[in-house]
Formats: sequence, C-alpha cells, structure tokens
Amino acid sequence: MKILVAVKRVIDYNAKVRVKADNSDVDLNNTKMAINPFCEIAVEEAIRLKEAGSADEVIVVSVGPKACQEQIRTALALGADRGIQIETDDIPESLNVAKLLAQVVKNEEPGLVLLGKQAIDSDNNQTGQMLSALLGMPQATFASELTLKDGKVQVAREIDGGSQTLSLSLPAVITADLRLNEPRYASLPNIMKAKRKPLTVTTPETLGVELKTHSTLIKVTPPVERSAGILVNSVDELVEKLKNQANVI
Amino acid sequence: MAILIIAEHDNSTLKGATLNTVTAATQMGQELHLLVAGCDCQSVADEAAQISGINKVLLADNPVYTHQLAENMAQLIIELSEGYSHILAPATSNGKNILPRVAALLDVGQISDITAVESADRFQRPIYAGGAIATLQSLDAVKVITVRSTAFEPAATDNSAPIEAVELQIENTLSSFVSEEIAQSDRPELTAAKVVIAGGRGMGNSENFSLLEQVADKLGGAVGASRAAVDAGFVSNDIQIGQTGKIVAPDLYIGVGISGAIQHLAGMKDSKIIVAINKDEEAPIFSVADYGLVADLFDAVPELEQKL
Ligand SMILES: Cc1cc2nc3c(=O)[nH]c(=O)nc-3n(C[C@H](O)[C@H](O)[C@H](O)COP(=O)(O)OP(=O)(O)OC[C@H]3O[C@@H](n4cnc5c(N)ncnc54)[C@H](O)[C@@H]3O)c2cc1C
Ligand SMILES: Nc1ncnc2c1ncn2[C@@H]1O[C@H](COP(=O)(O)O)[C@@H](O)[C@H]1O
Repeated sequence: MKILVAVKRVIDYNAKVRVKADNSDVDLNNTKMAINPFCEIAVEEAIRLKEAGSADEVIVVSVGPKACQEQIRTALALGADRGIQIETDDIPESLNVAKLLAQVVKNEEPGLVLLGKQAIDSDNNQTGQMLSALLGMPQATFASELTLKDGKVQVAREIDGGSQTLSLSLPAVITADLRLNEPRYASLPNIMKAKRKPLTVTTPETLGVELKTHSTLIKVTPPVERSAGILVNSVDELVEKLKNQANVI
Repeated sequence: MAILIIAEHDNSTLKGATLNTVTAATQMGQELHLLVAGCDCQSVADEAAQISGINKVLLADNPVYTHQLAENMAQLIIELSEGYSHILAPATSNGKNILPRVAALLDVGQISDITAVESADRFQRPIYAGGAIATLQSLDAVKVITVRSTAFEPAATDNSAPIEAVELQIENTLSSFVSEEIAQSDRPELTAAKVVIAGGRGMGNSENFSLLEQVADKLGGAVGASRAAVDAGFVSNDIQIGQTGKIVAPDLYIGVGISGAIQHLAGMKDSKIIVAINKDEEAPIFSVADYGLVADLFDAVPELEQKL
C-alpha cells in the first residue's frame, strides 16, 4: 500500500509574524519557514506505518513555489520515499489545493492519504475534509491514534467533548492532530540521503486543474494588543483587585 | 435569500455555540433556518425553535444521523442547500469536520472561524494563531462559513419558530461509529464559562489539578489547560486552550504555571480580565495579564482558594 502525505511550507511556529505597513498582507521576508507541524506529524505516522510493514511507499506532496521543495526534502530526510511538488506562484486557497491533491491521489492510488489537521498560517482546518469530499472517500479528522486492521482503518479522534473512535473503509483521508505521535529528528546521514531521493515537479495544467479565486484578501491588520497590567504582591492584593477594581468575583 | 445554520447538539440538548452563530447570521441576512440533524432529537428542535431570529427549524431525525458523521451529514446539507446564500456552523469540532465537505461539494471556498461580519460577504478572521487579522471578501455564490462563538453574543431565546420535518435518509457506507468517551463534568462548559482557571506544565502532575478544581468550584468556573499539560497526560485533550484547542473568552481567566506561548494566547487573549500566576517573572504571559502574581503556585493557589 502507498501512503500519500500532503505537506505545507509555513512560517516556523516560533517565528513572530509581522503585518506589512500598507496592511496588504503579512510580511514573510526573512522569516524562518518550516514544514507545518501537523504535516510533520502526518509524515511521521506514514513512516511508522511503513516501518511496521503496513505500507511500502510514502509519497509527500506539496503545492507552492519552488521553495516548498525544502519542506519536501525535510520529509524525505525523515524517511519518506519520494516527493512531488505542484508548482504554483503563490500557495493557493484550500479548495484549489484539495483539487490538485485529488488529482495526484487519482494518479497514485494510495490506500491512505494523510494531512495535517490545520496549517498554522491560514489556520483554515479544511483541506483534508475538502479532499475527502472531492474523492468521495471517508474521512477522520483530528486523529490521535490510527490502527490498520482487516482492510479498514480505525481512528481515534479528538473532539470537543473528549474522544471518538471511527472505522473507515480504505482508501481514506485522515488529518493528524498533535497527539498522534511525536515526530523524530532527521539524522545527518538521512539528510544527505534525502538529496538523492526522487522529487518530481508538476503543474496544475499538467494535472488538468483550473485554479479559481474564491475570496480576495481586503486587508491584514495587527491584532489589538493587550497592554500589560500590574504585578500584585500577594494573594490578598489579588483578591482585593478582582473584587473591587475588576469586579469579576 | 435565506441562511442555513447547522445546530450544534448531542441529540438531547442544544449547545450554546449555536446561539452565537445565530447572532453572526443575523448580521448577514434576514431569513434564518436552523438544521437539527440527529437521532431522537426532538427536544433539541424544541429548544432551537425558541431562538430569536430563527424563521424555521428543519428537523432531520433519523438513526443514520445519530453520530453526525461528516460523510452523510455533508450530503444531507447539500440536498437542502438549494436557495441558501449562506451556510453557517459554529467552529466546533463538528462544524470543522462537516462544513468543508459541504463547501467542496458546492465548489466554493470556506471561510473558517470568523470573528466579525462587515457585510453579507465581507468577514474578519484571525490568522497565524491570532498574530494578524484578515478581512476577506467572498466571491462565491454560496458563502460557507464557520463562526467563532466567543466573538458573538448569544442570541436571545424568546421565539417559537415552526419545526418542519426533513424526511431525507442518507446512508453512510464509508465510515462507521465505534465508540466515544465523553468527559463528564459538573462544571460549566469551558467555552461558555464566565470564569476559567487553566493549568500548565508547572502543575507537575494530574493530581495537582485538583487545586485548580477547588478554585473553579468556588468561582463557578471551568478548568482548562495548556498543550504541555495535556501532552504530559495531566488532563484530557478536550480542555486544551489555544490555537489548536478551545477558544475561551471568559470574564476572568486565571493562568497557573503557564508560560504564555503565542499558541496558548491565541485561545484566551480575548478574555476580559487575565490573571497570571507564575514563579518566573519573565514569563511572557505577564505581558498580557491584567494582574500578575510572581509566586510558587503551590503556595499561591491554595491560599487563593482559601481567601475566595
Ligand atoms: C502546532 C502547535 C500547536 C500548538 N497549539 C497549542 C495550543 O492550542 N494550546 C497551547 O497551550 N499550546 C499549544 N502549543 C504549544 C505551545 O507552543 C507551548 O509549548 C505550550 O503552550 C507551553 O505550555 P506551558 O505554558 O504549560 O508550558 P511551559 O512553557 O513549560 O511553561 C511552564 C510554566 O510554568 C511555570 N512554573 C513551573 N513551576 C511552577 C510553580 N511551582 N509555580 C508557578 N509557576 C511554575 C514556569 O515558570 C513556566 O513559565 C502548540 C504548539 C505547536 C507547535
Ligand atoms: N499548499 C499545500 N501543499 C500541500 N499540502 C497542503 C497545502 N495546504 C494545505 N495542505 C494540507 O492540508 C492541511 C490542512 O491545511 P488547511 O486546511 O489549510 O489548514 C495541511 O496540514 C496540509 O497537510
């Protein structure tokens, strides 16, 4: 069985985002970029399934400009077998990404498709669900545990009230939550080896997907900053302030 | 054109997030329909009919919708979607699970987690863990939107809208429900509580969370946690607050042994009053706190409990 994993190039989760002075967008110049943390978890899960003998090939796909090849190489260094970059000028909206990924899924016919639950830049949390709908496949979002058995996949999901377990027929689309696993670090020899692993580049035209614009970005503004308040010296003072100044207790 | 809102419920009670979503909808249009899909959920529909502004409740009461799985829920919404300009759901785990499928099947985008409505097709939403606020103009014929409940007041409940049965039975042959573990608590729901006391890695272990529970009980509040506390196994995942957990905006938030990473702040920085208790005076959470107390939590929290 093949496993396909979608990885997105995003701002590093430790980096601070700046809004451009003209409020047209965020400014990512000279910002540290990385593989989306949830995608890294998805890659790790695919590699573990391969190591356990449940899969024989792990393919990573990223949609975006040439720079996203860095994140594909990161995934290859972690243990994925080959990469596909779908070249676009900018990173397109989620539905377009889902359509492009759907075409790759049709070509590659994987048994499992893994994505992150959410990209930490757009915070959209929608691509996996869209992909699954376009393919008419079952979905399990926010996965915290995944078990393959009897030609099905059983997935524990983090939901608002606690957790839920579903059984899906294969092929299926699964999106990774934080507690699915703890990704490994790539070793130096594996980083070197990754440079020679196959990485093909394709385009939306080759895949026969027409990109559409569903919304336009009117402006981007910094959030309202909270200013720091005061330090109190004791629990007594805290209780007094909450009662008489803030009136919240 | 009318707006279709997907109700959040557990087959017996309507969840509060639905009321906030209705308020967002009233800022987009006039005619509001609310879909209650589930099994043996008449009581939910009865509650839903009381929400002010709702013109009609659609009740799809059928065993196939018991667990509101995404595959047939999305298909049901598609079957009902004709004539609606907007389809809205609260940005709960259900809403996030189901609605993007609806958008894809309609070939439209989804606008996730909106925090303000500027007009019927212009919305604000936080991006980059709340590090920036985007204003978006939707170009799609049908706007598919999830709503952040803390950003809108709950709608009033002084209505008696008609309830109309939906007879569509859509099977789900792709996925099936196996089991569920729902955390039981007598405390108020985290996302709707007026007071939230949250613990982080500094709590040290799961037993120590009882210190926070005692304070929560005195204040009628809920207990939350940082990702580090959940990852360490101190508490269960459903109380994680943050970019990728629950969003809370209570009147009073108390963060205990939490450093204040941006991913955590994303889930609580719209609280009215923020209190931080941390032994490290450099902890970033102090830069957003109205009241900071530099202290060992094992001294401060029991004393706080005692003095309330
Ligand atoms: C993709 C991604 C998503 C994430 N999503 C979330 C999210 O949704 N929510 C979230 O919370 N985090 C999230 N995180 C994690 C986040 O980056 C931080 O790692 C996390 O919030 C840290 O939790 P903490 O403050 O409890 O732990 P720490 O950062 O370790 O802080 C512990 C604090 O406790 C204090 N302390 C220790 N002992 C005591 C004591 N005895 N008395 C008083 N103070 C004490 C210390 O001074 C310290 O400030 C995410 C990270 C990533 C990469
Ligand atoms: N440009 C992209 N290239 C590859 N995968 C993507 C891209 N955008 C989103 N994804 C996948 O979809 C997941 C959820 O993203 P989103 O729906 O944008 O929050 C990510 O974690 C990725 O797995």
